[in-house]
Amino acid sequence: MALLDRIVRWARIKSPWILHFNSGACNACDIEVIAALTPRFDLERFGVLLKGTPRHADVLVCTGPVTRQIKDRLVRIYEQMPEPKFVLAVGTCACSGGVFRGCYNVMDGIDSIIPVSAYIPGCPASPQAIIDGVVKLLAGIDHPETQAAAEESKPAPVEDRPAGKEAVEVTR
Amino acid sequence: MPERNFTIPIGPQHPALKEPESFNVTLQGEKIVGMNVRLGYNHRGIEKACEERTFVQDVYLIERVCGICSHSHSTCFVQAVEEIAGLEVPKRGLYIRTLVAELERVHSHLLWLGVAGHEIGFDTLLMYTWRDREVVMDLLALLTGNRVHYGMNTIGGVRRDITAEQIPQILAAVDTLEERTKYYAQVATQEMTIIKRLSGVGVLSHEDAKHLGAVGPTARASAVDRDVRRDDPYAAYGALSFNVVTDNHNDVYGRTLVRVGELMEAYKLIRQIVANLPGGPIAVKAPRKIPAGEALSRYEAPRGEDIHYVRANGTDKPERVKIRAPTLANVQVVAHMLKDRYLADLPIVIAAIDPCFSCTDRAIRVRSDVDAMPETMSWPALRAQSIDWYRQQGIDFTQLNRTFMKK
Repeated sequence: MALLDRIVRWARIKSPWILHFNSGACNACDIEVIAALTPRFDLERFGVLLKGTPRHADVLVCTGPVTRQIKDRLVRIYEQMPEPKFVLAVGTCACSGGVFRGCYNVMDGIDSIIPVSAYIPGCPASPQAIIDGVVKLLAGIDHPETQAAAEESKPAPVEDRPAGKEAVEVTR
Repeated sequence: MPERNFTIPIGPQHPALKEPESFNVTLQGEKIVGMNVRLGYNHRGIEKACEERTFVQDVYLIERVCGICSHSHSTCFVQAVEEIAGLEVPKRGLYIRTLVAELERVHSHLLWLGVAGHEIGFDTLLMYTWRDREVVMDLLALLTGNRVHYGMNTIGGVRRDITAEQIPQILAAVDTLEERTKYYAQVATQEMTIIKRLSGVGVLSHEDAKHLGAVGPTARASAVDRDVRRDDPYAAYGALSFNVVTDNHNDVYGRTLVRVGELMEAYKLIRQIVANLPGGPIAVKAPRKIPAGEALSRYEAPRGEDIHYVRANGTDKPERVKIRAPTLANVQVVAHMLKDRYLADLPIVIAAIDPCFSCTDRAIRVRSDVDAMPETMSWPALRAQSIDWYRQQGIDFTQLNRTFMKK
């Protein structure tokens, strides 16, 4: 690996900027994400910084089952993020739909819309679990082999998805 | 040059909003002249899902209406079901329910204080209050087993008892919190930055608060003396003494004072509950099938009056569950408060009602002039659409129609 690539990767791990997006959650995971960022748990000691716009973010922290109305916006935000980008699904709803699985207005989890890098289960995911998830994600970024393995097991990108499973349209 | 109106969209993803909702704000210069709220990003279809699950499952589903006032919603629901089934909850159960309710109010108001600080750029306050909030979160985890969704309620009582060892821990935590809250009260009443920034912002007069049907601290900050805990006592509130905190500042500053005042009252209530905790069982056994009937239940959530309507039909599943969350009552007030105000006041004015859009997003009916279908359809259009719909389902009526035509 070229020296420059190594430096970039080192810098990336030291300062992952996150964007928190509520994709139809009940607020429980959201307050736990904020709690993880505030002094008691202090996620900022890993260089994590909460940003307001997807264009500044490396990691998209999603909470909640994706509702039908938020779906397009989630894809739009994901596409606005610069490469390389990672998605954290926080909470059981974000992982699989949770208690809302099968409800008429939800899409059953983030990974049915965009590829997810790490899943943090729990209802809600506790701040400790969120920190653990973030650390594991960062460790994954640090080791390109792990990342390559994760890359292979990743779900197909949105465009290549077979036609049966609800095509995602991006409206701009 | 004449001033031109322009519209800016805020949300559904916006740094100042923690939840997805969208505001289209029409501006004239810096002044807001019109506002269009679009909800529904959080609509998950909980009321419908309740009809497909049993009453016991619904308690946990309804808890997940909102993560911040989860105990409010589940208590409100079980109260309605208990009324239909005619269950008498043991006193100890009611006291424990009230204790968790007050601890939830403490956590919710501390959370709000931090968010309000964040919205006015006072992030130190956010960090302080959220650090102190962990004391009450630890206490909730100790008493209920979870930090956020407590799972404490069940139909007929509560699921966990409070042991004798836990009582000194509760009292110690309340002492710490009270000391810290006194400091926040001092900050709120003496810190010039807060007073100057919040005074005269988001003004809601006493008459308007009554007329628009504001609830909770929003109404009480406009001197509307209304609190379900006192006016229509539920759980153990009838036996406890507390003051309803009101204020006549009519603005965001008043709402801050009301919430800080309510924190102090909550500590008073917690001490009373712990001192007078009756003995005996914590729950009665509830029947699996709830007899036919209907009930309306009211509850003073941290954000205001929460109303649940439940109709049972004699089976183990409810026939209808309707939730009216406090934010729905307050959301009309926001548009009124922002009229002719500066755009820069928008985040704090919205935050001042302590909005919870996941509570509010129940049914959605979007009215848009651009992309929605017309409200009324002509007969031929409706007929064409229905034929097309059946064709997509694999049923073709064209042949059948022709046979009818011939006859």
